Amino acid sequence: MSTLDLQELGLRKVNSTLHNADAGEWTVSNPSGQHAIACGLDKPMTVDIQGHVGFYCAGMNQQADVTVHGHAGVGVGENMMSGVVRVKGNASQAAGATAHGGLLVIEGDASSRCGISMKGVDIVVGGSVGHMSAFMAQVGNLVICGDAGEALGDSIYEARLFVAGSVESLGADCIEKEMTPEHLATLTDLLTRAGIDADPASFRRYGSARQLYHFDIDKADAY
Amino acid sequence: MCGIVGLYLKNKALYPQLGELFKPMLIEMTSRGPDSAGVAIYRDAVPEGELKYSLAHDETTHDWAALATALAKDLSAKARITQCDTHALLITDAPEHKVQAWLRDNATGVRLVGSGKSVEIYKETGLPEEVYARFDLASAAGKHMIGHTRMATESAVTTAGSHPFATGADLCLVHNGSLSNHNRLREELIRKGVSFGSENDSEVAAAYLTWKLRNGVSLKQALEDALDDLDGFFTFCVGTSEGFAVVRDPIACKHAVLAETDDWVAMATEYRAIASLPGSDKARIWEPKPATVYSWGDEGMNIEELARGAA
Repeated sequence: MSTLDLQELGLRKVNSTLHNADAGEWTVSNPSGQHAIACGLDKPMTVDIQGHVGFYCAGMNQQADVTVHGHAGVGVGENMMSGVVRVKGNASQAAGATAHGGLLVIEGDASSRCGISMKGVDIVVGGSVGHMSAFMAQVGNLVICGDAGEALGDSIYEARLFVAGSVESLGADCIEKEMTPEHLATLTDLLTRAGIDADPASFRRYGSARQLYHFDIDKADAY
Repeated sequence: MCGIVGLYLKNKALYPQLGELFKPMLIEMTSRGPDSAGVAIYRDAVPEGELKYSLAHDETTHDWAALATALAKDLSAKARITQCDTHALLITDAPEHKVQAWLRDNATGVRLVGSGKSVEIYKETGLPEEVYARFDLASAAGKHMIGHTRMATESAVTTAGSHPFATGADLCLVHNGSLSNHNRLREELIRKGVSFGSENDSEVAAAYLTWKLRNGVSLKQALEDALDDLDGFFTFCVGTSEGFAVVRDPIACKHAVLAETDDWVAMATEYRAIASLPGSDKARIWEPKPATVYSWGDEGMNIEELARGAA
């Protein structure tokens, strides 16, 4: 295992070292809330960040397994394509924004707009999420083990939302849907992969009513 | 942009280091606000019967001693004054309304920046590091401080347009965001007798709170009313004699993060401003919810009661 001290090396050196490495196990110490730590990785490596990070940590991630041992600022795992990004603490707004693939795990709470415009990522939140989560979500699964804030799944396309706790309100075109055995299997698998102990049977599923895909003059009142 | 920071020390042993602990917090937010900076520090409460006034003038050569002497003579009161760069701290036992009227009528070019038993407000244009050094704040001791680094969007880069803005006795506001209905609200407040020192939108938010508190509304209620009456984006940090309060607009448009350890509570626009505090790596860190008033302060601090301080 190699350790990169961010305070000593600076952000660019840490990121370029990770980008130039073939793989391996890496630790980043003293992250001090700096932005864009370990973003743009594209190797099957593990990166342990020992502390709290700033904005856009592990953004655009591919293949790598990145763990933040602390809090993550705005946009953790934004636009990630594959791999695993795990936050041991809470996360700020827009976690997993526009992400296309991979698994994003937030063991604590995520703030508002978690999974905004998600395009295929799987997100598992151990705690609760803030308002407008899964806004314009297109593909993927968002699992919320706690509660969801206002306007969950507003203007959602095709993503699946699983919530164990309460939902303050559903956004436009987001409705509760039947939990089929297939969905239960997907949810069980996600919880297992996320390493989060929650009973799949306690969740409810939400998704798109598919009324807002295209403008329809007869449904103008619904817009 | 703009950056805001607040630090409240729970551990009394850290009081002597307040200014030193706060310095890197403010400086870390330079990239969010390099135009101007300002802080409110709560320290050295004056005895019963006296009040502290933070005053400012464009010239560092302003004759503050003459001001204090004339004020004392005219109001038959005791007055002492200490200059600190472009600012001065006036302490007097004259009634508050008389001091305000006297300053308005006699002290041309002097701005009343804030007043109270313990608050001192210092703000200037320039890089946060330079502003902090000008007012010799690194050596300051005290219980809590709030600060602001400004990147002006709505009005000119001037000292008067810098934060914090006073909102009553020992109360002041720093703001990250921009308000869209400030012109109309300013006109309404002017009609109600509130005066303004700049074209700044954040000053309107401060004036709005001042007006609410003057009318006997609690600080918590005033902040909740602000959620209805202020249109725009905001994360506010409000300093009080006891601690500070934080509130965000209903869609939480502007960043904010809160952190707490056994020794301190801190808020900042970004966590990196908090990272320099001792034990920050083990702090509990979370994002404040929108449209929710958070407050910290002395044991028993009741935000409902704080209007008493502003009355």
